[in-house]
Amino acid sequence: MRYLPHTPEDRAEMLARIGVGEINELFKDVPAGALLKGHLDLPSATSEMSVERQLAAMAAKNTAAGSVPFFIGCGAYRHHVPATVDHLIQRSEFLTAYTPYQPEISQGTLQVLFEFQTQVAALTGMEVANASMYDGSTATAEAVAMAARVTRRQRTVLSGNLHPHYRDVILTNGTYTGESFVKNDPQVAGEEDLASQIDDKTAAVVVQNPDVFGNLRDLTPIAEAAHAKGALLIVVVTETVSLGMVKSPGAMGADIVVAEGQSIGNGLNFGGPYVGLFATRQKYVRQMPGRLCGETTDADGKRGYVLTLSTREQHIRREKATSNICTNSGLCALAFSIHMTLLGEKGLRQLAALNHAGAVTLADTLSEVTGVELMTPCFFNEFTLRLPKDAQSLVEALTEKGILGGVRMSRLFPGEGAMDNLITVAVTETNTAEDFAAYRKALEEVLS
Amino acid sequence: MNRQGRPTQPATRAAPEGLSTFSGNKGLQLEEALIFEIGSSQTTGVDLAELPASAKSRIGDLARTEEIGLPGLTEPECMRHYVRLSQKNYAIDAGIYPLGSCTMKHNPRLNEKMARLPGFADIHPMQPQSTVQGALELIDTLAHWLKVITGMPAVAMSPKAGAHGEYCGLMAIRACLEARGDARARVLVPESAHGTNPATAAACGYSVDTIPATEEGRVDLAALKAKLGDDVAAIMLTNPNTCGLFERDIIEISEAVHGVGGLVYCDGANLNAIMGKVRPGDLGIDAMHINLHKTFSTPHGGGGPGAGPVVLSETLAPFAPLPFVVVTDGAYSLAEYAPEAEAQGAKPFGRLTAFHGQMGMFVRALSFMMSHGSDGITQAAEDAVLNANYIMASLKDIMSASFEGPCMHEALFDDRFLKDTGVTTLDMAKAMIDEGMHPMTMYFPLVVHGAMLIEPTESESKQTLDAFISTMRQLVEAAKAGETERFTGAPHFAPMKRLDETAAARKPVLRWTPEENASHSAAAE
Repeated sequence: MRYLPHTPEDRAEMLARIGVGEINELFKDVPAGALLKGHLDLPSATSEMSVERQLAAMAAKNTAAGSVPFFIGCGAYRHHVPATVDHLIQRSEFLTAYTPYQPEISQGTLQVLFEFQTQVAALTGMEVANASMYDGSTATAEAVAMAARVTRRQRTVLSGNLHPHYRDVILTNGTYTGESFVKNDPQVAGEEDLASQIDDKTAAVVVQNPDVFGNLRDLTPIAEAAHAKGALLIVVVTETVSLGMVKSPGAMGADIVVAEGQSIGNGLNFGGPYVGLFATRQKYVRQMPGRLCGETTDADGKRGYVLTLSTREQHIRREKATSNICTNSGLCALAFSIHMTLLGEKGLRQLAALNHAGAVTLADTLSEVTGVELMTPCFFNEFTLRLPKDAQSLVEALTEKGILGGVRMSRLFPGEGAMDNLITVAVTETNTAEDFAAYRKALEEVLS
Repeated sequence: MNRQGRPTQPATRAAPEGLSTFSGNKGLQLEEALIFEIGSSQTTGVDLAELPASAKSRIGDLARTEEIGLPGLTEPECMRHYVRLSQKNYAIDAGIYPLGSCTMKHNPRLNEKMARLPGFADIHPMQPQSTVQGALELIDTLAHWLKVITGMPAVAMSPKAGAHGEYCGLMAIRACLEARGDARARVLVPESAHGTNPATAAACGYSVDTIPATEEGRVDLAALKAKLGDDVAAIMLTNPNTCGLFERDIIEISEAVHGVGGLVYCDGANLNAIMGKVRPGDLGIDAMHINLHKTFSTPHGGGGPGAGPVVLSETLAPFAPLPFVVVTDGAYSLAEYAPEAEAQGAKPFGRLTAFHGQMGMFVRALSFMMSHGSDGITQAAEDAVLNANYIMASLKDIMSASFEGPCMHEALFDDRFLKDTGVTTLDMAKAMIDEGMHPMTMYFPLVVHGAMLIEPTESESKQTLDAFISTMRQLVEAAKAGETERFTGAPHFAPMKRLDETAAARKPVLRWTPEENASHSAAAE
């Protein structure tokens, strides 16, 4: 087996040094009868070429986003990732290192994390950020738990336009914590009245911006309403590129900002691995979940970085920790940070502007089709259309024509009749004018 | 000297005492500033299309007007920044990385290549299911391998990492108990457990009751039985345990916990020692997470991403979270919502993450498993255990082994052998850095003093192990001979000296600020 260095002679010599006759003597503590006699009922070892052939055959059964006009978003977005990013994250020293627990020989990872934290804080308009969470949805659930710790309150108001999977992760994580949740119905158009639901027992209100339908809103009034009652505003961003163009959540008064960072530096990967961003105000830092990297000096007075404030974490605090998280999304955070460094402020703003311009063009084009109505007047790169027929059959018909045209909202909100005719469409810089034309033509054909 | 005046003999003089370079660099060791100090907001390393002149805005009055504060670098500058940083990291690809509990094995590049196939890497989690049949097939195939390896009937694939898997397992346990109308209150956790175990139990609303270890480093069965009662929801056990030992009473423990109506959670962090040798399903386990980033070699990436699928017993299988893959007549689909799950007879406890789990890690892990096959999986476990016992046998005369062997895939030592030397476990670890090795896990598990937990994995050759052993013996002898300075000032040769962690925590600086840059420039002048 190509990954195992020992020869039979090596193994024999080693057993002799240990002082046993055969390998199973080392397994003598396994209860009699439980030790397997033969091999597992699985295929035996095989060559690199054979593995490649079998897996490539499975991959070929999928429609890669890049092979068709592609407009699916709702929490994951297809952006172009520069070749440099993937090269750098595959450098052995980044790829095959562990969590930087020995800082003297981990300064590479640690400095990257310090830079990442700074980038995330800047982007979200907050004071501090952690070294990443699993993804946007788990980061959101962690934010809800943190708000309960900060405010010592147990009631959380959830916007109805929060991605329903994010909502479900929050509800799951809150099942046995004594928290209560105020749920709202989704509302594709019009304002939700969240402010009136915030009372003096409310820990936090959770709002997504842009929301799951693509609507952008000014959250300042909700922030003010929350703060007036001593509650926190948690802002969720699932499309991080929007922050290159839209007023930051921090500037709107957010207390905790959580985001899905996949859009920057990371591929679609069928849903994972992604990278959760988590940022907040300096005064709440000791209530934050996850790893934090901080600056310090070494014995020679040289600037360096270490993991810090670990007394919040499970390996020190055990059952009193702020979270059980250990492994996070280190390499995805690296990819995020490299891509963001390549973009810089100038590139990010340009990227965001291109996404928005493309989305506006497509929204206008598609809403010219008879019977199609744009439901989201103010949006970034994703918008929702109401169709003259059910979106499920439309999505299927478009797929037949080789166009992946968006997410039918009945998939995200099953059983909600009002969603049946809604489709949410995402546009990024990867879409071309030809993609737009193909989409319009197909839509007209299907609806005619 | 040749005819052009170039010296042809190497210089033989040692560097003068206290010599430093003007640049701060030391040959191949290059200093690197922060991107905020070298980049600018007007620099970019990407060429994007021009914005069409006709572009309209639909963001109303929500445009960002304030500066963000993000520096950019051109591509060559960016490449150099990260390559320089990478050179300050130790990595498995560079040398032995015997971190106990972490299973730092070789990461085959085939797995990276497979995960980057567009058919896996460039597919969206919300694509119509007819366009992702191969992806669902891959998840189902990996699930099959995991079930066979563990001898368990079901597996929940969506947890994102080990701790998330623990959470999944405990939530399934709690949902199962609630369905019986008997939620219970206590979870038993051995004192040698990973910190994630008690943290997880607390997140599921349970109180944690610690079980002591025996003199032999195993769960104290009598103490365990004394703590059992009808309010015990579960035990969270690590097997092999964090002392590197197989819990030989495991079946009796499972029976005792089941006897009072509780369930058995196994922390699967140490599966590498037993895959293909023993199946947790034969030991009375109800739930166990599998760290794909440990056992099945998806790269650790400087702290993640991981993946933590959880195998489940018949009792717990119905409570697995959404979403999950359903196979009907060779066609794959996803149960994403409760009604779809209930149609399958399931009672999911909820949802753990936005999408379907760590697909990128699934591809890598399956590639690794297929390469090994059933024979290679067993051989890998045997070699991992062989290597740990070889280290134990080669060092136990000079270091203090905490418990009687044989060990499984980790060798645990404590600091008794350093008594009166003035050298601590931390010093020993830092001296190992000087020798070009990554230190072992230190001060964990908590059940022994000054713990040193060495996990070589199956990836290390006998030659590497012999070199490791020889260096360790020399270090131990030096410590015992009173060469204290070699240790207490270590590392002497790493890119950094020891870092002041106390100062970092006392006044946390968690991000760069322009003010800080100003103070650094002033200090440099």
